[in-house]
Amino acid sequence: MSISWDKKDLLEIYDLDAAEIELILDTAEEFKKVCERNVKKVPVLRGRTVVNFFVEPSTRTRMSFELAEQRLSADIINISGSVSSLAKGETLLDTVKNIEALQADIIVMRHSAPGAHMFIAKHIKCGVINAGDGAHGHPTQALLDVFTIREKFGSLKGLNVSIIGDILHSRVARSNMWALLKLGANVTLAGPATLCPKEFEEVGVRVCHNLKDALIGADAVNLLRIQHERQAAGFFPSTNEYSQFFGLNRDSARFLKPGALVMHPGPINRDVELSAAIADGPQSVILEQVSNGMAVRMAVLFLTAGAL
Amino acid sequence: MKTRNHYVLTGARVVDPARGIDEIMDIGVANGIIVDVSETKNPGKIDFSGKVIAPGFIDIHVHLRQPGNTGAETIATGTMAAAAGGFTAIVAMPNTTPCCDTAGTIELIKRESERNAKVRVYTCGCLSKDSAGVEMAGIGSLKNAGVVALSDDGRCIQNHELMRHVVAYAKSFNLPVMDHCEEESLKSDGVMHEGKWSVLLGMRGIPSAAEELIIQRNIIFSRMFDWKIHMQHISTRESVEMIRRARARGVRVTAEATPHHIALTDENIKKFDTNYKMNPPLRSEADRQAVIEGLRDGTITIIATDHAPHTVTAKEVEFDYAPFGIIGLETALPVCLTELYHSGILSMSELVSKFTVGPADLLGLKTGTLEPGSSADITIIDPDEEFTYDVNTSFSKSRNTPFHGTKFKGRAEATIVNGNFVYSRRTE
Repeated sequence: MSISWDKKDLLEIYDLDAAEIELILDTAEEFKKVCERNVKKVPVLRGRTVVNFFVEPSTRTRMSFELAEQRLSADIINISGSVSSLAKGETLLDTVKNIEALQADIIVMRHSAPGAHMFIAKHIKCGVINAGDGAHGHPTQALLDVFTIREKFGSLKGLNVSIIGDILHSRVARSNMWALLKLGANVTLAGPATLCPKEFEEVGVRVCHNLKDALIGADAVNLLRIQHERQAAGFFPSTNEYSQFFGLNRDSARFLKPGALVMHPGPINRDVELSAAIADGPQSVILEQVSNGMAVRMAVLFLTAGAL
Repeated sequence: MKTRNHYVLTGARVVDPARGIDEIMDIGVANGIIVDVSETKNPGKIDFSGKVIAPGFIDIHVHLRQPGNTGAETIATGTMAAAAGGFTAIVAMPNTTPCCDTAGTIELIKRESERNAKVRVYTCGCLSKDSAGVEMAGIGSLKNAGVVALSDDGRCIQNHELMRHVVAYAKSFNLPVMDHCEEESLKSDGVMHEGKWSVLLGMRGIPSAAEELIIQRNIIFSRMFDWKIHMQHISTRESVEMIRRARARGVRVTAEATPHHIALTDENIKKFDTNYKMNPPLRSEADRQAVIEGLRDGTITIIATDHAPHTVTAKEVEFDYAPFGIIGLETALPVCLTELYHSGILSMSELVSKFTVGPADLLGLKTGTLEPGSSADITIIDPDEEFTYDVNTSFSKSRNTPFHGTKFKGRAEATIVNGNFVYSRRTE
């Protein structure tokens, strides 16, 4: 490989350049082959300790990381925020310094506070991988999304990708936006005006507030989960109205190109942002995203561990 | 620095905006009072050539944390930091624990200040009981206890009916009302300015409108009762504009700007350093420019620090969980000399006025001038010294500053309260 990797942390996509993103994707292709074998295990992280520290609960991301770590032969410990000493009033910094003192090599963390990973990475020597920090970033989700698109189209350059839904509160949208921009895609962010701020235009993406504009001409559309609590907070009137104006269903899907990919980071609110027929239809790559996620996380763990 | 009872400060440029003086001249001090040089007897002479001598600076917005949070600051440490920053007097904000909603807390602060304060400590009472915004505080008793103003700083009375009664009542006791202007439903759980950077960083925003709605309310009440309402730490372009228009119509509103809103913007938050977290938040570059223009054209008559100490433990956490606020007493003058004076935005006289005439007018104090007969409260400035700020040299108990490692031009040289040098960078 012509480019070397020297980062012990994966904090945000914004910190990476296009060549580094491509390196992760290339490495993930190799690990994807491993995952498709009968024996799905390689010894590259043997003797390394990975701590999955999920201060904010997660099911699918944690499972994906855990399986990725097992397939790389790492030793694994799982801690959740509610059972850690955080619940007793210990600071985050003290908790991670204790984890470090146990000679952990890598901390995979999910946290509700934006920037929590950047904060701890400054203070500890172990690698820090961001498994989601509030609405700020979810870099491995973005990497698995661009991996999935690249696998179908060969390259992201010049593709039109639309991210649709609650952009304001979405770490997936932000990390995807940076990854797509760095790889040369044209990005559209779409959603109700209350949930899709115009300020994003300042970094060179298109912002629109109607679904049709986001669907026409798109090579891939990424639907985001709409959370019911946003309705209570007054961002939109009802999930029914949301699905009527922003949901992808048989009716709105007619604006999609035949070859366009339908993506979703999960978990899906069926028939709210995405109708069952489309989620299970021929354009959907949602379950491939899940499979690819593991390969991408194996690549990230492998590369960052190599920089320790 | 040891001085005789009579001394003369010589060789310095004397800047006294209250009297329109800006010239090299000598200043005499006798027994704690500024006097004509001819009235000093066998005075010691202290040469301050190349320096600026100004009336004692007053910081009307300081959190001393005593009583209640003496791990972060005390009256002794906070006022020493004030002295080192060139301030001869400060107004202690009332959000202590317990807060200053009764005469007892005011008396405690006054007693402690008499024992341990390095500079003059003026007290400020709460507008509402427990600053909870529900019932009016005992404003008359607070006046009797000696407060110079009222504020619920850190909070803002949301009930407009209560606020209008407070303004009317405060006027009858001749106490200016100072307000932390913030509409709480709009601020909600925001942690930084709502704008490009909050959107990109995925952080909950505090919209400019949260400040502006209350500024407008206060302008209406100030006009209604013809009484002084002072807008604390204003931060947005529209706030400046509303206050500009109101003052042009003769409404008795005033406003203060903080050094951090003069020097910094929300873009600084992209590394999630909690030393950039304060309330009101750092705003956009356009807002910063508007605040500077407000200072330049006289809309904003006061610079105040909002010195808000927090322990390292409290601040060294996730950005979401960190308390709002930074220390500022020792960096105010360096920031303002660098950003406003050396950049050519304000003359030395205009800059000095923001720390002297502006605060003294608002509070009705007789200080803020070097006129003979005044108490010898004097700030001496070295306008040209270039240095890099090291927070570890701070006299404050806390270390929460975004200016550690920043290069500045100009700083306080010495501080005189009541004729006594309470701070001096001279070694003799």
